Amino acid sequence: MAAPATPATEPETLEDASFLRDTLRAFRKNRMAMVGLAFVVLLVLGAIFAPWVSPHDPYRVALDEQLLPMSHTYWLGTDNFGRDVLTRILYGARISLMVGIVPSLVSLTIGTVLGILSGYLGGKTDFVVMRLADMMIAFPSLLLAMVVMYTLGANLLNIFLALALVGWASVARVVRSQTLALREKEFIEAARANGTARATIMFAHIFPNVVPTLIVLFSLSIPEAIMWESSLSFLGVGVQPPEASWGLLVAKGKEYIFQAPSVAIAPGIAILLTVMAFNFIGDGLRDALDPSMKD
Amino acid sequence: MTHTAKAPPAPAQDEILISTRDLTKHYRIGGGLFGGPARVVRAVDGVTLDIRARETFALVGESGCGKTTLGRVMLRLQEPTSGTIRYRDTDLTDLGEGALRALRKNLQIVFQDPFASLNPRMRIEQILAEPLRSHGYGTPAEIRERCTELLEMVGLRRQYLRSYPHQFSGGQRQRIGIARALANKPDFVVCDESVSALDVSIQAQVLNLLGDLQDQLQLTYFFITHDLSVVRQFADRVGVMFLGRLVEVGTTEELFAHPQHPYTMLLMSAVPRPDPRRRGEPRPMMQGEIPSPMNLPKGCRFHTRCPFARDICRAEEPMLQTGGGPAVACHFPLEG
Repeated sequence: MAAPATPATEPETLEDASFLRDTLRAFRKNRMAMVGLAFVVLLVLGAIFAPWVSPHDPYRVALDEQLLPMSHTYWLGTDNFGRDVLTRILYGARISLMVGIVPSLVSLTIGTVLGILSGYLGGKTDFVVMRLADMMIAFPSLLLAMVVMYTLGANLLNIFLALALVGWASVARVVRSQTLALREKEFIEAARANGTARATIMFAHIFPNVVPTLIVLFSLSIPEAIMWESSLSFLGVGVQPPEASWGLLVAKGKEYIFQAPSVAIAPGIAILLTVMAFNFIGDGLRDALDPSMKD
Repeated sequence: MTHTAKAPPAPAQDEILISTRDLTKHYRIGGGLFGGPARVVRAVDGVTLDIRARETFALVGESGCGKTTLGRVMLRLQEPTSGTIRYRDTDLTDLGEGALRALRKNLQIVFQDPFASLNPRMRIEQILAEPLRSHGYGTPAEIRERCTELLEMVGLRRQYLRSYPHQFSGGQRQRIGIARALANKPDFVVCDESVSALDVSIQAQVLNLLGDLQDQLQLTYFFITHDLSVVRQFADRVGVMFLGRLVEVGTTEELFAHPQHPYTMLLMSAVPRPDPRRRGEPRPMMQGEIPSPMNLPKGCRFHTRCPFARDICRAEEPMLQTGGGPAVACHFPLEG
């Protein structure tokens, strides 16, 4: 996607298009990103309206219908309690999507703010933030998350808390190093020479140039968070059965992998597709936000 | 605030706009927790300089001699290690952050690399509006109008306001950088190798633009360059810098006609002469490498490369003799 070599002389540049509208237009042109977005939207709708979408009850135990193969009634078969796998995946999407997105956003926000402050201000701020981050990174994160879950109780809010607590430090590290590179750039020096306030420099100059990295980090942290949740659930401090989450479904289903493979594989594929969809969206967003990638 | 309102119509030619006294900037290298003893790089090492209002003062020297650092320190984009900087009646050296920010509208800089000096994620309008907003220029409509005015002042069309930096050529970007520097009507502009990255033909255009703007806006330029032909065409006075010190200061004519410091003479002789009849004529050459600014030679810092060095040059450092007229830091200045 080569940018035009000549400056935009066409009248289009006079048009009062906002940055947001430009970005949306560029995003809409990206087919993969739109496919990813469509998948995520469908999934979210399916999760919200699960009781209407599926005729089955995700918690009803039917011991005479254990581990049935795929059929017209049970599209993806049933699990060891005779519950419909597809229905459980839809209900599990509620938790897994929230666990994938909410803590990632929280740790990304905290990490970005602290990383930019640390990198741009340097000195004592930098020292304090980075030593905190060191502590978080040095501490075994699974243990830390488990401690949080044990002391505060196993519920969704505490999963968010535990994951955000574990996740912000590495984000702060990456953002800080980017900020350090950016602050030496001449356009930052120009802003300082203009008498631009430090807060404005951080927000208007550094932040937009960190966004592409944040998007990549975000699309990487969603699958990570889903995996974290399944680890915690597997260890018994995460989501509690009979509640369903994708990680838990894979963990429980693996015991029956030979009798009824779909019980473990179907939620695994759901994780895979969701992660891919978020990656496509992330790539599309990153390109759409880069002015030099637009026509 | 306009210049005509502030300055008398026919100002005294030697009104000092900005001056430095014994300005130094040292960088410490290494010497962390386990790094062993720190070493000190003397990037700027005692520069005393007066720049007069509305003149173009060119600073020349080889790369690594501290030209750029001097420009940055004069604007306090980097903090000086010692010495003082004065702007009109204000001592910039210890000025607090707030007061300094307010003064920055008068003290500006145009950078070397037109590709690094504009934020790639901002439209031209945002880039030009930022200095205006920082100093409370006016309503959004007034800011917008001023941006258009600035763009047209540097010879670009108003349509470009909504474009991004990557859509422009190097010369156009440099014009945008100039427009940004002039947004708040400064009186002192540091041009840090501002035309070095451009093609020769574009260079001439940008130099002409800078010259026109100087006449219109009564600007004072501190013009950092290594290109002597640009200096000859553009500067009123020239300072020659070697290893963090000024070795010679004089008017452009004086310096080009009668260089007094051997270093100046050798620099001048290194300029290619577009004269086929003088091809092959022998020229004096500089010997050896520049000494390291971390480990300066004793005595005159040029003596290791000077064809005329004598004993005293190896023992005693000559000081720049200031006080009107050309000044030179040499024990044995060349005869005119």
